[in-house]
Amino acid sequence: MDALRRQLLDLFGPHRAIVNEAALLAYECDGFTVHKARPLAVVLPESTAEVQRVVRLLRAHRVPFVPRGAGTCLSGGPTPAQPAVVIETARMKQILRVSPEDLLAVVQPGVVNADLTRAVQHLGLHYAPDPSSQTVCTIGGNLAENSGGPHCFKYGMTTDHVLAAEVVLADGEVARLGSALGPHAMGELDLVGLFTGSEGTFGIATEITVRLSPDPEAVRTLLAAFASMEAACGAVSDIVAAGLVPAALEILDQATIRAVEASVYRAGYPQDAAAVLLVELDGPALAVDEDAQAVRAICARRAALSTEEAADPENRKRLWKGRKGAFGAMGRLSTDLYVLDGVVPRTRLVETLRAITGIGARHGVTLTNVFHAGDGNLHPNIAFDGRDPEQTAAVLAAGYEILELCVRMGGSISGEHGIGSEKLDHVPLMFTPDDLEVMRRARSAFDPEGLCNPGKVLPQRGSCAEPARWPKMVERVLGGGEGR
Amino acid sequence: MEPKEVSPYTRTLDCVHCGLCLQACPTYNVLGLETDSPRGRIYFMRMLAEGRIADPEAVRPHLDRCLDCRACETACPSGVRYGEILESVRSSMARQRPPRGFAAWLRRTLLTRLVAHQGRLRFAFALGRLAEVVGVRWLAGAAGILPRHMAVLLPPIPPARERRPLHGTWPARGRERGRVAFFTGCVMEQMFGRIHRATIEVLTANGFTVDVPRAQACCGALLVHDGQAQEAEPLARRNLAAFRDHAVVVNNSAGCGCALKEYGHLLGSAEARDFAARCRDVSEFLHEQGLVATPRPFPHKVAYDDPCHLCHGQGVRKPPRALLGQVPGLTHVPHHDPESCCGSAGIYNLVQPELAWQIGTTKAKALVASGAEAVATGNPGCMLQIRAHLRALGSPMRVVHPVELLVP
Repeated sequence: MDALRRQLLDLFGPHRAIVNEAALLAYECDGFTVHKARPLAVVLPESTAEVQRVVRLLRAHRVPFVPRGAGTCLSGGPTPAQPAVVIETARMKQILRVSPEDLLAVVQPGVVNADLTRAVQHLGLHYAPDPSSQTVCTIGGNLAENSGGPHCFKYGMTTDHVLAAEVVLADGEVARLGSALGPHAMGELDLVGLFTGSEGTFGIATEITVRLSPDPEAVRTLLAAFASMEAACGAVSDIVAAGLVPAALEILDQATIRAVEASVYRAGYPQDAAAVLLVELDGPALAVDEDAQAVRAICARRAALSTEEAADPENRKRLWKGRKGAFGAMGRLSTDLYVLDGVVPRTRLVETLRAITGIGARHGVTLTNVFHAGDGNLHPNIAFDGRDPEQTAAVLAAGYEILELCVRMGGSISGEHGIGSEKLDHVPLMFTPDDLEVMRRARSAFDPEGLCNPGKVLPQRGSCAEPARWPKMVERVLGGGEGR
Repeated sequence: MEPKEVSPYTRTLDCVHCGLCLQACPTYNVLGLETDSPRGRIYFMRMLAEGRIADPEAVRPHLDRCLDCRACETACPSGVRYGEILESVRSSMARQRPPRGFAAWLRRTLLTRLVAHQGRLRFAFALGRLAEVVGVRWLAGAAGILPRHMAVLLPPIPPARERRPLHGTWPARGRERGRVAFFTGCVMEQMFGRIHRATIEVLTANGFTVDVPRAQACCGALLVHDGQAQEAEPLARRNLAAFRDHAVVVNNSAGCGCALKEYGHLLGSAEARDFAARCRDVSEFLHEQGLVATPRPFPHKVAYDDPCHLCHGQGVRKPPRALLGQVPGLTHVPHHDPESCCGSAGIYNLVQPELAWQIGTTKAKALVASGAEAVATGNPGCMLQIRAHLRALGSPMRVVHPVELLVP
């Protein structure tokens, strides 16, 4: 191990290779703080060639690697599940090419999501996927996790915006997947589509071609407050049933509203409402005006307590600020936060939320909800003290039941946060052993030796015969000790 | 202001590891290292308290590289009080194992034996001025004794008439609207006497009588940032006494102003909290009261750069911009990231010259790209740093304090 660390130091120097045990603690978890594991080392390459060099070196040592962007993942994606070296892309942050005619940009993986939009703003363009962490998370991380965001209801997930990628595979070879003309233009299988969302288990992207979207002519943002969650969800169903396609449809429950209002992301949300619905409409000015009228009428029919519209860009930013900062603002409630990510059919939102409240009460955990209502993508947040193993176990057990419930409702265990290490135990709830075998084969086509982020996404063979009654993560937590 | 009892460890628990602070951090932006990000540093400080890091020296370089600019506090949705945690941890680390070596000794000596003593500091500046007049700087530069980053950083020391201490009372001109005390600070008085004189002129012209009590002392900010909070406490107590009778204490240095407003935390007394509540940055005060004397026309393009300790430390963003907007002929031009640190950060540019150089260059490039003819910023360290980096890029852009543009 020391030999490998020495070689990494030789390759990258002390500022781009971290091998000190204490310093490595900074890399032992991402936004999912339950799973902690120190990497063997962290390196920060600046070019594809440097990524190749480190991947080849690691292969020679039979040591796996884990790609990492900004470490804002919420499912343990960049936390090593087995002893591994982290390849951090934070220094690969060049925007290599912007082509407004072709509506695309070619970027290094460490480019920050919001920075890309900022760089093309003057051309009247933007990069559409907008995860809540967009001011810090990277395009490479977005690609690995197939990240979503509020605006994905209308514009699609990351995979709908990645045209092509240059990737380094486990053997250090460079492969180019997809094409700037679109993923299907070459007549090949949609390999870039397969790679997107593979959570670093297929390789590491070193250059990404993304689609840029023209800014809409007009944007209208409305905030409606409701006296009950039923009314808020009802309004969402009505909006969709009326044939409207808002750019975003977000709901925050009362506990979330109060946490946000107590934080620096205070947005002026009415604190007495049981739920607020944030609706964003965009498109041609005339159409947006009509849609806004329709949304107001629907909210009124659902007995909205108030409906507010942002009069200018500054106020629009304010209304969004609370939603985007909700996750961090929840941090005020306790030392740790577990942000769940599940999907249910839109029509079953209300009954699911009611059941979730029951699960929370049964496990004695503090639980709040903020979600992409348009997609039925729920984000129950559970505040807890990670230093208390029993409390942590209760939180994980509640989380497991909630996702089990989502599946039972006809939904899924992940909308946009990925599986990572967090939801390995949950995967069998959705997939048969045959399903998993097919996915394993796809994976070994890219990474036959299991050197790319092993122990993620797909559970070990044999562990999937039947769904676990109790997540294994709980045993690991109660078992104590560092990491797993 | 919080009572002193909340331990820095408890404060580290406010962090939920979301990472929204990362891009706000100047050192993370340059290095790309989690170890040199706010989230990473908070984690280290928590792990030190929990005993998972046994030897503080292992993570000390990462904590030392922090500018304490507190941009992360603005970005943090969980309200982590990063500055408080860092300063407490730095203090206890310095107590447990004082940094050794010549650089550490020099730094400690400069801060505790020189900056904290106004008389000695004035004498040192007088010596410096004398040395300059006889050409020592040129010699030192030519002989390579003065490192590059220091040589460009230090503009010529102003002549004695500008460095003369201001003590006494300046009556309001016209109808008196009120009476304020003026906190003059240590380095500010010696390097930027012209700004002090402009401040008094603007305040009196706008109807305020200005008292400058002789008994005041350095604010102690540099000591607190350096982990020597104990050394700063007597200075703070002297200031409490010197300004006991004043309803408003105005200052024109963001770093000092922030430290004054945090005396409640430093001393933990009701008296200190009361003092802190009476302190105002000059822009904040003038904006509250409204200008009655029209500033002299300044028909130029001006960029405004937020000092960290004004925007992140004190939450003052609008007042300076609003005041500049009232200068006849002045056009405000925006530049990229006005709230990001320029790399000055107290004595950071002396102790972390390489990083400070990179951070400063980024700032200067953003200003040059804006097409501004002058940049206004209300903190002495920032003014020195920005000026040095503009000159290094060959830009003739003027660096001014906002209050200088408000002189009628």
